[in-house]
Amino acid sequence: MSLSIMRPGLQDTIQDMGRYGYGSRGINEGGAMDRYAAAAANMLVGNENGEAVLEIHFPGPHILFEQNTLISITGADFTPTLNDHALPMWQPIIIRKNTILHFPSLAHGARCYLAVHGGFEIDKWLNSYSTHLKAGAGGYHGRPIQKGDILHCRENTFYFAGMMKEGKDYLPMHWRTAYNKPYQLPHEISFVPGNEWDFLTDASKEAFTQSNFIIHPSSDRMGYQIKGEELQLKEHIELISTGVSFGTVQLLPNSQLVILMADHQTTGGYPRLGHIISAHLPKLAQLRPSDSFRFTAVDVATAESLLFSQVQEQAIIKRACMDHLNELICAQ
Amino acid sequence: MDKNYHIFCLGDSAATIELGTVINEELNNKILAMQAWLQVNGFDGLKDIIVAYSSLTIIYDPAIIKKIPSVQGLVFEWVKQKLSQAYYLSLPQEEDSHRIIRLPVCYEDEFGIDTAHVSASQQLSRGDIVNIHTASTYRVYMIGFLPGFPYMATLDERLVLPRKPKPIPVPAGSVGIAGSQTGIYPFNSPGGWNIIGRTPIGLFKPDSHGSTLFRTGDRVQFYPVNLKAFQEMEQQELVNIKYEE
Repeated sequence: MSLSIMRPGLQDTIQDMGRYGYGSRGINEGGAMDRYAAAAANMLVGNENGEAVLEIHFPGPHILFEQNTLISITGADFTPTLNDHALPMWQPIIIRKNTILHFPSLAHGARCYLAVHGGFEIDKWLNSYSTHLKAGAGGYHGRPIQKGDILHCRENTFYFAGMMKEGKDYLPMHWRTAYNKPYQLPHEISFVPGNEWDFLTDASKEAFTQSNFIIHPSSDRMGYQIKGEELQLKEHIELISTGVSFGTVQLLPNSQLVILMADHQTTGGYPRLGHIISAHLPKLAQLRPSDSFRFTAVDVATAESLLFSQVQEQAIIKRACMDHLNELICAQ
Repeated sequence: MDKNYHIFCLGDSAATIELGTVINEELNNKILAMQAWLQVNGFDGLKDIIVAYSSLTIIYDPAIIKKIPSVQGLVFEWVKQKLSQAYYLSLPQEEDSHRIIRLPVCYEDEFGIDTAHVSASQQLSRGDIVNIHTASTYRVYMIGFLPGFPYMATLDERLVLPRKPKPIPVPAGSVGIAGSQTGIYPFNSPGGWNIIGRTPIGLFKPDSHGSTLFRTGDRVQFYPVNLKAFQEMEQQELVNIKYEE
């Protein structure tokens, strides 16, 4: 049971829901940028949300399936293609062995996720599968996957090949997720004002919530560099370093913004203007360099309730996926 | 105890309790006491605790906390109560846990890439910089930024100068100064601190514990070594060094 990397992509790393418990050693959370899509990929193939997935950026890799494998692909649409056939996304698919998955063109989004039924056979480092590139640990040998790498899958609990029709390279299962909800209004990103919000001048507060901001090409998994109107504080404030989180919006000395993303450092000393709400991190993670967006302010109560409905919906999807899969296994 | 703290949210999944905005041993000790209290009196949904100079941040999963029977209404309000409990109920930690670590640093030109700048701006000779930097004993107030990066204070006033306007690539082991702080880069990384030397000792091991050389509360003394000694130490298996597992 394994996937063989014929050609690596721009940056393909093993990720999960993040590494927690080591923040006071300076070890950041990492994990999938779009946790919604990563969790959905796992659910679709009957895994726990926190199984290891492959996070793929464009251009993506060429992957040879050495065995029949049940997979799902979620997140950005890089037109996943098996040999010559376009594959559906957000849907489990049985892939026949000796076929090659590749991603010929970018339709939309910034990163996609590949999950395999049973999960990848990878050891956890500090309680997480996520790749920590700085420390060179976690994930697949602490680095992005390269040509010739073999990603082993755990033993399958059931045998898929019998379900495939002769001459077909793949077989989509009959269930899929309605995935668009978390990504609706992709250019409206909500934030809860941060501790230094009130240090902004009134004009800058208005600019922050009324004007468009653009994601700069230098953005990466550590942070999104944001270009837009220059923001000014009423007075200079000197801060000492404090803990920061995935989604913290900091004002840099050059009056521009940075939004801390999955590989953010654990602490920072720049003014915290706001924090992107958890329910909107998935769509932010799918915005690309030169995409524009607006910030909309919400209170923490709204942020919590939006997150709870997202979590609840995912729980329903997860149960439905498990039911479908169990039905399939029983019918065999 | 009087209420002398400020709790604020970092969105919906993190919250910070801040005891002040200064670098101060007493406040940092209180933060460590609160960390210890939270480690013992944890709760479902508490994912991580980040210790800083005079603040502590918790990362939590609001959807899990929501299921705790005593949670009614806003999860953040409940979290806020937990943090104030940590403030009122945590007891001071024993002082003898503060170890003293002596760390070799090579201050020679090859490694002190900003020494000339510091020298010009502070009107100090290179020898003065080494003498002043090695004269003090520093406290590790926090480990942050990168795995194992120690934030140490308090730097002698004569070495206090602002960060560089723009971060540049800094090699692993580089010893830097910024404001009243001194620190060491565990990895090659962009950095804005003025670099005055380099240590051959590793600060982080990506082993099964994620071991760090320092822990918060440690005392650190630097001593100068020449290039030859630096290179020898770099080659050696430094088996006698104890890392925090």
